[in-house]
Amino acid sequence: MADKNTQSRAANLLAWVDERFPLTANVKAHLTEYYAPKNFNFWYFFGSLALLVLVIQILTGIFLTMNYKPEASMAFASVEYIMRDVSWGRLIRYMHSTGASMFFVVVYLHMFRGLIYGSYRAPRELIWLFGVGIFLVLMGEAFFGYLLPWGQMSYWGAQVIINLFTSIPFIGPDISLWVRGDYTVSDATLNRFFAFHVIALPLVLLGLVVAHLIALHEVGSNNPDGVEIKKHKDPKTKIPLDGIPFHPYYTVKDLVGVAVFLMVFSAIIFFAPEMGGYFLEANNFIPADPLKTPPHIAPVWYFTPYYSILRAVPPILNSQFPGVAAMGLSVVSFAFLPWLDRSPVKSIRYRGSLYKKWLAAFVVSFLILGYLGTEPSNVWGQFSPETFFVGGADRATVVARIFSVVYFSFFALMPWYTKKDQTKPVPERVTA
Amino acid sequence: MKKFLFALALLLPLLATANEGVKLDHAPIDPNNQASLQRGAKTFVNYCLNCHSAAYMRYNRLQDIGLTDAQIKANLLFADQKVGDTMTVAMNKADAKAWFGATPPDLSVEARARGADWLYSYLRSFYRDDTRPTGWNNLVFDKVAMPHVLWQLQGQQVLKVDEATGEHALVLEKKGTMSPAEYNQTVADLVNYLVFMAEPFKQHDKQLGLLVLAFLGLLVLLTYYLKKEFWKDIH
Repeated sequence: MADKNTQSRAANLLAWVDERFPLTANVKAHLTEYYAPKNFNFWYFFGSLALLVLVIQILTGIFLTMNYKPEASMAFASVEYIMRDVSWGRLIRYMHSTGASMFFVVVYLHMFRGLIYGSYRAPRELIWLFGVGIFLVLMGEAFFGYLLPWGQMSYWGAQVIINLFTSIPFIGPDISLWVRGDYTVSDATLNRFFAFHVIALPLVLLGLVVAHLIALHEVGSNNPDGVEIKKHKDPKTKIPLDGIPFHPYYTVKDLVGVAVFLMVFSAIIFFAPEMGGYFLEANNFIPADPLKTPPHIAPVWYFTPYYSILRAVPPILNSQFPGVAAMGLSVVSFAFLPWLDRSPVKSIRYRGSLYKKWLAAFVVSFLILGYLGTEPSNVWGQFSPETFFVGGADRATVVARIFSVVYFSFFALMPWYTKKDQTKPVPERVTA
Repeated sequence: MKKFLFALALLLPLLATANEGVKLDHAPIDPNNQASLQRGAKTFVNYCLNCHSAAYMRYNRLQDIGLTDAQIKANLLFADQKVGDTMTVAMNKADAKAWFGATPPDLSVEARARGADWLYSYLRSFYRDDTRPTGWNNLVFDKVAMPHVLWQLQGQQVLKVDEATGEHALVLEKKGTMSPAEYNQTVADLVNYLVFMAEPFKQHDKQLGLLVLAFLGLLVLLTYYLKKEFWKDIH
């Protein structure tokens, strides 16, 4: 009796809400009656994981702002205060610093998934563009946030990046001044970066994530076979034959991914929060000193492929601008993929060897450029002066130039090699 | 191909070995050795904490290396400090700059900036150099502003350069109150303490981390079987 009563009461409440807000309709549209292909594999964990990391960053960020002081003479000390005197502050801080790097790990893997299964292809161009927007905002978010601990690497990293704008012809110097709010990186810069980091960019980021998901749920998810499951629907129910409700099937599956991810995440937080200097750099434990330039300034690992490209481009007519433009292009290139790819198939499973070779070359370039960006350009020494053509040049710079060319060729030549590639026949329905 | 790429990605960090100018000695420290940490704390308070502050470190945090508030008060506090105070120094920053040419850095997180091996090598590499204002130079940190504070313990080293090979070597010219082995141990204890001070909760959190991982391991199992149960009917 009592059971029935509560049940009807809950049903009544739900009905009351539904008359005023489309709760049930939304739950159905996005969870219980959103049909996702049943053949998602390992690569499909990283979208939900990116969402998880976003939540971790927002929650830990809120608690960090409760004790952080965005003021040049207090910022460094307030971070150490969080590390030592705030209850569990060190774990909140490590979650946030590790979260920043892990955000890029999962986003890069998520983007790679898009590359191998052609998730950017029609009709998903807008999902991809919103995604590229998320990636760009995330880079801004990471850059602004990195200044806040006010260590040497924070300070000089910001100095170097803002100075890049100076190379833009005519308006460059004024732009850098406008961004900094001062003639050097200073308290004014720290204050505005704090504002961008904790409110401006997170708002844009959340908006883009919502747009990314709305667009996804409008057209439906791609899958490892790159076939459209909406082509084959049950004539009676209109449900895709190869689709399964996102909830409960993918919610329980993603929970496994979440648990495994949290193990990796916790292992880093508790045992190696610096990750050998890749997540937290040693130099950043020295307070910012505008009078002392560190001998080697390197961005954090997730920016290093683009930084390598910046360094690899030689100055033209005494201007660094070509390098800066190339760096910008290397990031923005991803946005053009939907229109560069001319292959009749989407998934790597049915592409020919030509595309696979180019993709492999791209991944290798990305990794090597990424590694070289963490090191000074003389890390591998110089070619001997007698060497043909490259005599006396830094070996690492020459290698970075070669791989920069490969990096851009992957995009620039894509219309050609994807069209020429010998593809395999695509099945009508998804395979196991 | 995929395997090859994964292997390549795993190998990359190996290439990242730093190419420092001076070869650093490995610091023989043990973060779980409380006696060593306590000896290091004593050396730190007596020798370092006159010019260098550790302004983010509270004295009562030394409870974590097995000292009681009473012991801290009796042995490590001077003048009118309280155990809840941070390790500040009376020396004025501007004065320090005038006297030494550089303000002695705060040492709270120095071990995280420099690394244990650097500190261990640095504190054992001072040598006499009459061209320097303090009379001291350092093989690890050339033209350092800091004089050799521990010289009475170590004695005086001089730099010998082999004309033929160009190799540098530090030779103990005048003995100190400690034997070289004793001095190395004292420096190791001090470095052990500096590493502790840079991240006082590290050992505690490692213990906690094992519990967290064990819990998450169970969660992985639970979610895995939950997923399997739900997916039984999907083919």
